Amino acid sequence: MEASATARKMTPQGWLEPPPLPHHYDTPENHQAALRFGMWLFLGTEVLLFAGIFTGYFTFRSYFPEAFDQASRHLSLFLGTLNTFLLLTSSLTVALAHYNAEHGKNRNAFWLLMASVLMGGGFLCIKAIEYHEKFVEGALPGKFFRFAEITHPGGPVFYVVYFFATGLHALHVVVGMSLLIWVAVRCWRKEFSAAYYSPVENAGLYWHLVDLVWIFLYPLLYLV
Amino acid sequence: MNELLRRMLFLPEQASTFAQDVDHLHYFVIIVTMVSSAAVGLVALGFFWKYRRRSEDQTTPFVAPTAIFEVLAVSVPLAFFLAWFAIGFRDFVKLSSPPPDAMDVYVMGKQWMWKFAYPDGPSSVGVLHVPANRPVRLLITSRDVIHSVFIPAFRVKMDAQPGRYTETWFTATKPGRYQILCTEYCGAQHSKMWGEVVVMAPEAFDEWIKEQQRGLVARADVLADESQVSIQGSLAQWGKQVAVAQGCLRCHNVSGTESATGPSWVDLYQQPTRLADGREIIADEAYLTESMMEPNVKIVAGYQPLMPNYQGKISGPEAAALVEYIKSLRSDRTQQATGGEE
Amino acid sequence: MSASVTSATAAGAAVFPEKSYLDDGTTVRSWLLTHDHKRIAILYLVSVLIALFLGGIFAMVIRLELLTPGPTIIEALTYNRMFTLHGLVMIFMFMIPAIPGVFGNFFLPIMLGAKDVAFPKWNLTSWYVYLAGSSLMLWGLITGGADTGWTFYAPYSTTTSTNIAPVLIGVFVIGFSSILTGLNFIVTIHTLRAPGVTWFKMPLFVWAIYATSIIQVLATPVIGLTALLVAAEHTFGFGFFDPARGGDPILFQHLFWFYSHPAVYIMVLPAMGVISEAICAYARKNIFGYKMIAMSSLGIAFVGFFAWGHHLFTSGQSAFDAGAFGAISMLVGVFTAIKVFNWVGTLYKGSIAFTAPFAYICGFLFFLVFGGMTGVALATVSLDVHWQDTYFVVAHFHFIMVGAVIMAFLTALHYWFPKMFGRKYPENWALLAAGLIVLGFNATFIPQFLLGNAGMPRRYYEYPERFTALNVASTAGASLLAFGFVIIAIYLAIALRYGEVAGRNPWGSRGYEWDVPSPPPTENFDKVPVFTRGPHEYSDIPEELAKVGHGS
Repeated sequence: MEASATARKMTPQGWLEPPPLPHHYDTPENHQAALRFGMWLFLGTEVLLFAGIFTGYFTFRSYFPEAFDQASRHLSLFLGTLNTFLLLTSSLTVALAHYNAEHGKNRNAFWLLMASVLMGGGFLCIKAIEYHEKFVEGALPGKFFRFAEITHPGGPVFYVVYFFATGLHALHVVVGMSLLIWVAVRCWRKEFSAAYYSPVENAGLYWHLVDLVWIFLYPLLYLV
Repeated sequence: MNELLRRMLFLPEQASTFAQDVDHLHYFVIIVTMVSSAAVGLVALGFFWKYRRRSEDQTTPFVAPTAIFEVLAVSVPLAFFLAWFAIGFRDFVKLSSPPPDAMDVYVMGKQWMWKFAYPDGPSSVGVLHVPANRPVRLLITSRDVIHSVFIPAFRVKMDAQPGRYTETWFTATKPGRYQILCTEYCGAQHSKMWGEVVVMAPEAFDEWIKEQQRGLVARADVLADESQVSIQGSLAQWGKQVAVAQGCLRCHNVSGTESATGPSWVDLYQQPTRLADGREIIADEAYLTESMMEPNVKIVAGYQPLMPNYQGKISGPEAAALVEYIKSLRSDRTQQATGGEE
Repeated sequence: MSASVTSATAAGAAVFPEKSYLDDGTTVRSWLLTHDHKRIAILYLVSVLIALFLGGIFAMVIRLELLTPGPTIIEALTYNRMFTLHGLVMIFMFMIPAIPGVFGNFFLPIMLGAKDVAFPKWNLTSWYVYLAGSSLMLWGLITGGADTGWTFYAPYSTTTSTNIAPVLIGVFVIGFSSILTGLNFIVTIHTLRAPGVTWFKMPLFVWAIYATSIIQVLATPVIGLTALLVAAEHTFGFGFFDPARGGDPILFQHLFWFYSHPAVYIMVLPAMGVISEAICAYARKNIFGYKMIAMSSLGIAFVGFFAWGHHLFTSGQSAFDAGAFGAISMLVGVFTAIKVFNWVGTLYKGSIAFTAPFAYICGFLFFLVFGGMTGVALATVSLDVHWQDTYFVVAHFHFIMVGAVIMAFLTALHYWFPKMFGRKYPENWALLAAGLIVLGFNATFIPQFLLGNAGMPRRYYEYPERFTALNVASTAGASLLAFGFVIIAIYLAIALRYGEVAGRNPWGSRGYEWDVPSPPPTENFDKVPVFTRGPHEYSDIPEELAKVGHGS
């Protein structure tokens, strides 16, 4: 969103000077505030996107409580908990990366961000394993449902909710990882300092949202 | 007065007890609407005329609303709107509360026709007979997509939802024929999915239904205008194919002799059936559908809970076809439903 | 009664500015890759006008088909596709983006004293996203297109043999454009106001855009999700909404209308903002109740989120639900009533010029009250039982969408034409077209109220013969309406090139945007402006009228 790193000069402290202020902003603080506010608004839209799925979850849970119960017990609690641990930790490293970038410690921020990306990748691998299991068992949504162990009606519907919710979430994990990689590259180029760190902050906010959605999905799908 | 306004507003005749109440509220609301909008338009034009610009240098005073104006601007419209809401809601509650002695009729919408069935009487396609001056409750469902039963002359409308029953009711006041129109877009022939309500004098209706119950199901109706009704396909034949393909016939018999695994389908439709938990139910469309989708909720006495769940394996139209096939299996018919229903 | 006080040079004739945003780069690339909010507004203008034209063609095909009770010029499947096309194109490609995308984009920064919106690159992106979504939607509609109606109710939409997946994904993508625009505007209003422009010094158009943007940001994700769910169910047989697979079609209706009801306020709030601006300019008078109008915009946005259930009165919901949603729907009507009283109050003791925009304003007022009150009538639950899904509903929403919103769009187009393009349109032709449009509109849609009363359902390709006369009347009116639009298109196109030079402020308006030249330079202001007067303030001495603003 800003002028390329190659046009900016290296400061004595070891990071690039901040990019020039866009012509229609009066102060850098105002610009940062706008970027931050814009990101929060966007996160609001993401919350509403997932709210629709959660509405569906609660609706169908009230129609088919036994099937949801059975299906939930067939999910791997171990893998789900491991995934939760991965995402929570990756949120921690992202927050630390934000702190480091704000203090000009760009290389630290880079490694922390890559750690988050790695953990995100781990999350996706575990999800892939879970999905594969479902395909093998026949625990699939709608007309593909063949899982005889769910004896109460509503089994196919549970898996519609499961796949849509976790699939949409996984898509957001991929987007989040891409954002983190892009910001990490910029950390490698030493772009950030106290004067300019909003991309790290905003990518971090996005990642925290991805984590937050999982924090709600996990108990609803795996625990109750 | 009522008649004059009704005609001016192109409203259909008022053929139910509900219609007059609805129309009276309608007049109130519409007249206030027309008066208000005309008033606003005229005041705007009047102000334009009185305060038209007379010179380029003209200035205007600063005018701000008084507190009273603000209060009135809010409270007067609100008072009207809430009054309308209160009256309308009261009437809606009446419409949602069928009297306990209402005569039930099952209405089933499917692409693109209406089928009607009395609980212990005949069933028919496209034409509904009801007595005048007696409350009639409609229990409405759909076999496939959402339809809507709309009888303009009665001011009555209710959606036909697949997978559940909705209800509404009316008391017809005048013998006659009133059109039913489908009012929820349902595909290619949505605009031809019409039916007819034939309102008969109460005594005439009683005689008619006795005569129907003596005879066979789905006789052609000499009283109705069948050109207003369109019928598609042979569902029962399709149902037979579905039964074979889904393996139903492995456990259910269609030739009259009982099988060990599941109840016979012959004469099953509308048969009083005793369940394992002691309840007695009638094997109507709702029960037959439920048996496919949630087989273990109602087990027939003397049978084991062995039937698999067909939810997700059979589509809405297929379930409808199966029900039609089951309905066509009567021991007093010489042919085994190869011709099936028309 | 010409309303043209032109700002004059010492010699007395209006002069076209030497350099404006229009000639700051003349290559195609400079337009397609612009960051200037004004050029993006023009890009939107071209696209939404094409959409309006397309939607209008589909409407004419529908009305021609309805000239006779039986088949007339097309067959049933084509007709069903036609009303689906008409609805989708008009709503998603015109009504929702038009006033915010064109006039919001052009004037929001200028009205706040800013040089651009908060995120100019995202602004341009929103236009490309709009194009992408529109193309996908249109492509899907043309190649074996959807016949579900724009409301794509399940389970018809999830089981239809027509290919709706690309259409629905197109809707999802266009939704993103709406979100980006709304987001951009909210941040702009919060962070880029010039010194002196406090919240209650903002023009009412800005308040309207603000309320609209809040709805866009909060409600659009839900329709996006719903469209995806239906597309997935249609393609993969998932069973979220299909009862044969355990799904719930009523859940679809709730999810769909949770967005689509606030969506109508996305369409109408900007229109109301335009009227607040224009009515002050043409009456040369302060707005009657500034705070009432500003706050009622927010009120509509907020309460509008809770009224969606009035679309489900006949779906078998409980009486309690019907009561709750009905009562809340009444409240929204009150906010609109407040605005109408305030607008009429603005005319009191004004100095009014009868121009084409003022004619549209009068039309707007009448149609808004009539259409709005028939909306309140529809929310009266027992009456809705008769009217639901009939032509009464069609007439109601066309009164608002065409009678109010499109009138406001035309008001904006004519009011701001001199500012955007530096030239005046021919007033006499404009008045003629306005007359045709108001007349044609009444002739088209009043018969439809009566058709609804008589019991004619919506989306009917064929109809019982007794409805013929009213249908023929409606089609005749539609032809008049179409003719009016054609005339407007012609004279505006000519005026773009050959219109009389307008000068900075031909209307003598006190809106902040009239302080900058017509057309404005790319930067809007050479230095940060200081606004010393409130918006919509007119009660000055005559000399002030000529030199409005801060040193032009």
